[in-house]
Amino acid sequence: MSIWIDSILQGILLGAIYALFAAGLSLVFGVMRLVNVAHGDFIVLAAFLALWFQKLAGFGSPFWTLLMLVPLMFVLGYVLQRAVINPALTETVLRPLLITFGLSIIIQNGLLQIFSADPQKLQGGQLEVASFTLPGGLAIGAFPLLMLAVSVTLLGGLQLVMFRTRLGRALRATSDDIKTASLMGVNTPHLFSVASGLALATVAVAGVFTGIRATFNAANGPVWLVFAFEAVIIGGLGSLWGTLVGGVILGVSQCIGAQFSPAWQFLTGHLVFLALLMLWPRGLFPRRTE
Amino acid sequence: MSLLEVSRLDAFYGDMQALFDVDLEASAGEVVALIGANGAGKSTLIGSIAGTVGSKLGTITFDGKPLAALRPWDVVAHGIAVVPEGRRLFPSLTVEENLLMGAHARHKQARTLKDIYSIFPQLERKRKNLATALSGGEQHMVAIGRALISNPRLLMCDELSLGLAPVIVQDIYTILGTIRSLGLTMLIVEQNVSRALAFADRAYCLQEGRVSLSGPTAQLTHEDVSNAYFGLKAGA
Repeated sequence: MSIWIDSILQGILLGAIYALFAAGLSLVFGVMRLVNVAHGDFIVLAAFLALWFQKLAGFGSPFWTLLMLVPLMFVLGYVLQRAVINPALTETVLRPLLITFGLSIIIQNGLLQIFSADPQKLQGGQLEVASFTLPGGLAIGAFPLLMLAVSVTLLGGLQLVMFRTRLGRALRATSDDIKTASLMGVNTPHLFSVASGLALATVAVAGVFTGIRATFNAANGPVWLVFAFEAVIIGGLGSLWGTLVGGVILGVSQCIGAQFSPAWQFLTGHLVFLALLMLWPRGLFPRRTE
Repeated sequence: MSLLEVSRLDAFYGDMQALFDVDLEASAGEVVALIGANGAGKSTLIGSIAGTVGSKLGTITFDGKPLAALRPWDVVAHGIAVVPEGRRLFPSLTVEENLLMGAHARHKQARTLKDIYSIFPQLERKRKNLATALSGGEQHMVAIGRALISNPRLLMCDELSLGLAPVIVQDIYTILGTIRSLGLTMLIVEQNVSRALAFADRAYCLQEGRVSLSGPTAQLTHEDVSNAYFGLKAGA
């Protein structure tokens, strides 16, 4: 019995990192209906940049690199959206999709050139091995727990921005009707760029945490994109809490699957995703419009 | 000098020219009606002033400042608000959020929600509802309130009465009468010609992208208007 409880518990913690992967994707998808195919590769890029900053500046803990990485990724997201993706936004989604696909290839091969194909890891120190023992003998790692807290805080913070601020109201209005939003005075190219900047700022956090959690290499991006994408779709487009729930469902499914056989871990996650997609095509928490 | 001056305006959708050499002006406090058949270019003219129709030649000045090169969000900042055709409320936003969107660009000069609720008292009770859950007439009030909250100097209304029951159209025009008494300049597109002529100070009739008739509504005869509207030659 306790092995199943343990699976669910570890699944929730694993789901936290998937939700962290998915936060930015959910934001951009919700606002622009745009899938950033390079999203996973940006997470890998953030992890490598953290590694590089840590060596360059001699930061003891990778967490300090976030001070530089979060603003840097925000600016990168803003500039990429404004200069590269906005000009390609038309009625069809194909052009921006192809552009992000191209960015994905550029990032993967660029990282391969610079950092080689060797797996890398960010060193989190003592925190990585610390754990609590729950009554009943279940052990919970301090780092996964911190990750869960960060994930909930980040998605909750984004939710607050979306529903309690002037910026969030403009983002939701633009998502509903871009032309009318511009008639109300919303500078939509600027707004889209801010949304992309925020998305890559969350990617910076995801990159550092996943880099401490496990090894990474230049080719990890596409798989992470798939997990993030599944979390967004399960939760429902435009719902940030839904994305958190989606990530947790995915994580729990994978951990339960892994109990049957390690080979079943990812497959179980994908099957649960497909089943949920068939039952609730609009996700568990679809946007309310009528 | 007029508040709004449109001079020699040509507007295009791709290769198709929708407006030809259009001149229009509106003085401060004046109500100007745009009439004409479907496809005559009325909405294009509104869109050209608002900045959503980007491909155009000619000049548009508002209070002496050129507008023609501006994007929609910069036009709003000059104090021009639009009630778009079909209302175009934001479906996932509440009534209150829809109203606040109108104040997005001009939040410093804007009216408050309270001002809008005093014009449309029935919206206050429903302020937390999704805007699209309201009746057609109430949705019109939200659309007008959303334009008014920015405290504009020029209000442009596109096809206000389209698809509404006559009794509600009457209500809307009563409200517009109240708004007019605030001294707001208005440019209204209206399908119902007799209503437009009864409400406005002056009217422009568009036909196939050209101004076919213009003048003070009191001086326009029924015959002039129907000729200009349908393109019939006098005596034909």
